[in-house]
Amino acid sequence: MLLTSRPKHGLDAIDKGKTLLYVDDVTVSFDGFKALNSLSLTVQSEELRCIIGANGAGKSTMMDVITGKTKPDSGKVIFGNDINLLTMDEPAIAEVGIGRKFQKPTVFPGHTVAENLELAMKANKSVWSTLFARMTPEQQDKLHETLQVIGLQEEYKRHAGALSHGQKQWLEIGMLLMQNPLLLLVDEPVAGMTAQEIEKTAELLVSLADVHKHSVVVVEHDMEFVRSIARKVTVLHEGSVLAEGNMESVQNNPDVRRVYLGE
Amino acid sequence: MNTAQTHSLEKTSPPKRQPLVMRLLDKDPGGKITISLLILIGIYVSIANLLIPEDSVFHITAYGVTLLGKYISFALLALSLDLVWGYLGVLSLGHGAFFALGGYAMGMYLMRQIGDRGVYGNPELPDFMVFLNYQELPWFWLGFDNFLFAALMIVLIPGLLAFVFGWLAFRSRVTGVYLSIITQALTFALMLAFFRNDMGLGGNNGLTDFKDILGFNLQSDTTRVGLFLTSIIMLILGYLVSRAIILSKLGRVVTAIRDSESRVRFIGYRVEHFKLFVFVVAAIMAGIAGALYVPQVGIINPAVFSPLFSIELIIWVAIGGRGTLYGAIIGAFIVSYSKTYFTGAWPEAWLYALGALFVLVTLFLPKGVAGLKAQFKENKFLKTLTFKKAN
Repeated sequence: MLLTSRPKHGLDAIDKGKTLLYVDDVTVSFDGFKALNSLSLTVQSEELRCIIGANGAGKSTMMDVITGKTKPDSGKVIFGNDINLLTMDEPAIAEVGIGRKFQKPTVFPGHTVAENLELAMKANKSVWSTLFARMTPEQQDKLHETLQVIGLQEEYKRHAGALSHGQKQWLEIGMLLMQNPLLLLVDEPVAGMTAQEIEKTAELLVSLADVHKHSVVVVEHDMEFVRSIARKVTVLHEGSVLAEGNMESVQNNPDVRRVYLGE
Repeated sequence: MNTAQTHSLEKTSPPKRQPLVMRLLDKDPGGKITISLLILIGIYVSIANLLIPEDSVFHITAYGVTLLGKYISFALLALSLDLVWGYLGVLSLGHGAFFALGGYAMGMYLMRQIGDRGVYGNPELPDFMVFLNYQELPWFWLGFDNFLFAALMIVLIPGLLAFVFGWLAFRSRVTGVYLSIITQALTFALMLAFFRNDMGLGGNNGLTDFKDILGFNLQSDTTRVGLFLTSIIMLILGYLVSRAIILSKLGRVVTAIRDSESRVRFIGYRVEHFKLFVFVVAAIMAGIAGALYVPQVGIINPAVFSPLFSIELIIWVAIGGRGTLYGAIIGAFIVSYSKTYFTGAWPEAWLYALGALFVLVTLFLPKGVAGLKAQFKENKFLKTLTFKKAN
């Protein structure tokens, strides 16, 4: 067969709506327990996706596989056109453009807000270039811009450990933004937040996909929150996809009702 | 963009016009004081030993000079440990090994300088080799006649050991207590090896009976003062290098690794490379400290490899204040001086005194001597706060 155009590699021509992440038939077992059971799903470029599921449904394990923390027993995970994430370690995966926000806010408490962002910034992260690193004006601008996006411009000099819970979560999202990732994995962003903080977080996540052109995958328990931001929802159950679609169709899905409502 | 914002952010980076040294010591009052004191001590001790007549109360004896020189080299060692423990968060219980290796490299050079002035008068072999019936110089002694070669080895051997050891340990993600135990095992294994006579490094007795260094007689006052001043200069340089590392972006990465290692990995830094860098730099500093220690003390033996010595180091840094750099220097001085005092005045009490010092500091000064000021401030702050609340 003749190719009619140049074959695409890496992240060539991943425009809006093209498949960015392709998880195919992934199985992970811990001592016989299948945390992921031939899980398959795809995430499109510039999409905001919510993933819901009960405890033990495999949400965190899925994140671990994508970010390289856990290697699956079988299956494929492809990023972009042909980047095989299963052959890469965590820093390499972070470098290729996948950022992860953990459930608990894990900012660096002893560093200031600005320093936290500086550390996360996309840059050459080898030992020598880090030792002699100086921020360029463009990087300074990027830092200011991110401070504005996450609404912490007043707090940049404070130690991250002194921030409120919600502010820490935003700072961590800001740290992800500094890496300029294509795909953001966000684990339970609103757990423990006040109603106002939840609202602000929802706005932030929506703007990340719509305005700042990132693909965002949100794992969340809070159905109210999911309803407020989601366009497309994936329901996980016992390590595989139970249902997928918009919020309404998912809520009316008989399988979902059976599993979640015991009908 | 908010212009006031930009302006205030830029103010956080130090102004460019200042000389490098001042930039490094900016916002480091403890460091400024420590370095100034070191310079003053250096000047005073040289004058007091060389120029002030012996019958004056201000005269410092040759013994006093070498004793202070020993403390200074210990301070450099403590400083290097603080980099690893205080900033990287790796509790190395075998840091003395790098000090000892640097010391042995210097000792080998000094042994070769003895020439035929040894007890047996053998121009080819050091005394202990004649005594142990060696026929020729072992291969690893070759080159140590040359000071530059020895200087290279002082840096290279500890650095290489740290590199190989660190590469294996950090790559396998060994952390915490396990890593501490392995470092302890490392120095213990080296101690056992160096105790053996057929190791070719003097066995139990180590290397001693040195005559001169670079042609200067080690017993003369000027040489001793020279070594003492060299030690002070190296300590100040070591401090500035450590400070430069801490203030760089790499320093912020390193403290971030200490606080949350996996997070740093997810941000895209190769944590093991950063750990390795700091570990190797600290090992090299420890090696240099050992090389300064040996000519002043006049002996190096396997006891320096003993785990006990490495643990004593930890106490120096803990007492001085971990993670402050200058605290390590203070701690090394306090403990070493108390050791000299107690082992002279009341030898049986020394270990009890050390234990008591450690317990007291942990109980009442959790941040060490260097944390005293902050502690007072905090107390004051708490008092005013509770006072305000009460009213």
